[in-house]
Amino acid sequence: MGEKPKLIDENGLRRDGRRPDQLRPIKIEIGVLSNANGSAIVEYGNTKVIAAVYGPRELHPRHLALPDRAVIRCRYHMAPFSTEDRKSPAPSRREIELSKVIREAVEPAVFTELYPRATIDIFIEVLQADGGTRTAGVTAAALALADAGIPMRDLVAAVAVGKVNGVIVLDIDELEDKYGEADMPVAMMPAFNEITLLQLNGVLTPDEFKKALDLATKGIREIYKLQREALKKKYIEVKVEE
Amino acid sequence: MSKIHVKNRELVLPGDLLAEGDIEVTSLLIYKYGSKYYSTIIGLVNVENENKVGIIPLEGPYIPKIGDVVIGLIVDLGITNWLVDIRAPYIAILNASDALNKPFNPIQDDLRNYYDVGDYIVAKVQSFDRVHNPTLTTKGKGLGKITSGKVIEIKPSRTPRVIGKRKSMLNVLTSETECEVVVGANGRIWVHCPNEDLEEILILAIKRIEQEAHTTGLTDKIREFIEEEKMKRGLK
Repeated sequence: MGEKPKLIDENGLRRDGRRPDQLRPIKIEIGVLSNANGSAIVEYGNTKVIAAVYGPRELHPRHLALPDRAVIRCRYHMAPFSTEDRKSPAPSRREIELSKVIREAVEPAVFTELYPRATIDIFIEVLQADGGTRTAGVTAAALALADAGIPMRDLVAAVAVGKVNGVIVLDIDELEDKYGEADMPVAMMPAFNEITLLQLNGVLTPDEFKKALDLATKGIREIYKLQREALKKKYIEVKVEE
Repeated sequence: MSKIHVKNRELVLPGDLLAEGDIEVTSLLIYKYGSKYYSTIIGLVNVENENKVGIIPLEGPYIPKIGDVVIGLIVDLGITNWLVDIRAPYIAILNASDALNKPFNPIQDDLRNYYDVGDYIVAKVQSFDRVHNPTLTTKGKGLGKITSGKVIEIKPSRTPRVIGKRKSMLNVLTSETECEVVVGANGRIWVHCPNEDLEEILILAIKRIEQEAHTTGLTDKIREFIEEEKMKRGLK
């Protein structure tokens, strides 16, 4: 590790010029893969993640099937070219854990009981990593599920908050995560105000935690709006065409 | 007190509040939470009156319903049954006894003589529930193996638009192009046309219906579209 860079300047702005409560520029596109039932590509600044959903479909091997609901299988994977140093394409401990965490973040939204004995497969591929890949992954997975026409209680949106130089900041990038004091990814179903993922790496006081959670909620609502716009755009564009 | 928060034919997404209070719901794709009703899917709202709502899905898999006519693809053979892909989350079973009009004896006869792997069949869903895979039958008028024409695929959620209200769209398609058309509820469509030009026009028209399934006045647009394409090809 080199010397710690200055993460917050005299004016209270971050390295990339953002205010502490500001998201990175977000880009969302739906239906980018024609072979998948549903797909989405999501960018949080330099973080770029693609998600594909297949199913509901037959589950093989059969003994994994559940008699009362569908199984959700999720694979989070980082492309070898997604990081500065080549990442080995074999699934690492971290990727296996994140696959589980992301699955559990989207599962409460999906009506799995509608498709007993079947499976819904979610593939999340990180194309470019700059912090917040799991949260971008959750955001993309929820969109891909909606695009596949799988009934859901609500979309799920996610963002990470952190503590950098003593300041609570929204949507931290890789450097802020590396040199910051805390990192807290949060995923929510905004329509019902329900949290589906909350992790915390580092130390926050109870007051800081509350502030961080409020900031995450605010960020998630902004992302939710963008998710909805992106989904609607797919249909409105067809209308305009004629 | 009941209140509907959406307009008829409005585009809704999962999590959208549709209505609250005493409301009759005509679709399984609506989720009740407390006294509020939410959409679970991308679809168009169908407001029938001030306390009755439904959703027409724009995406989603094909879920078999008893009585549906579907176009299946034979993917495997058992000793006395075929396994048929009907684009549902569950593979369908066609028993020899539901396909042939005579007793079937596997010692003397081979199922391959009737339907082989790769054949398309028009079949009817005979049974389906949460614990059993769907079973099909090919006994009946218009059912059986497809031996001519083409099978095209569209999204299953868009098939109602290809048929239209009281078959209005289907009538336009068949009368304007002089083709035979069988629309399977699972999004496979069999077409049989007098010539290649008409077939191409028909397929373009069906693809356009799929693309623009959520727009209004589609039947007239498709009629015009077929006319134009016929002019272009000098068929008129």
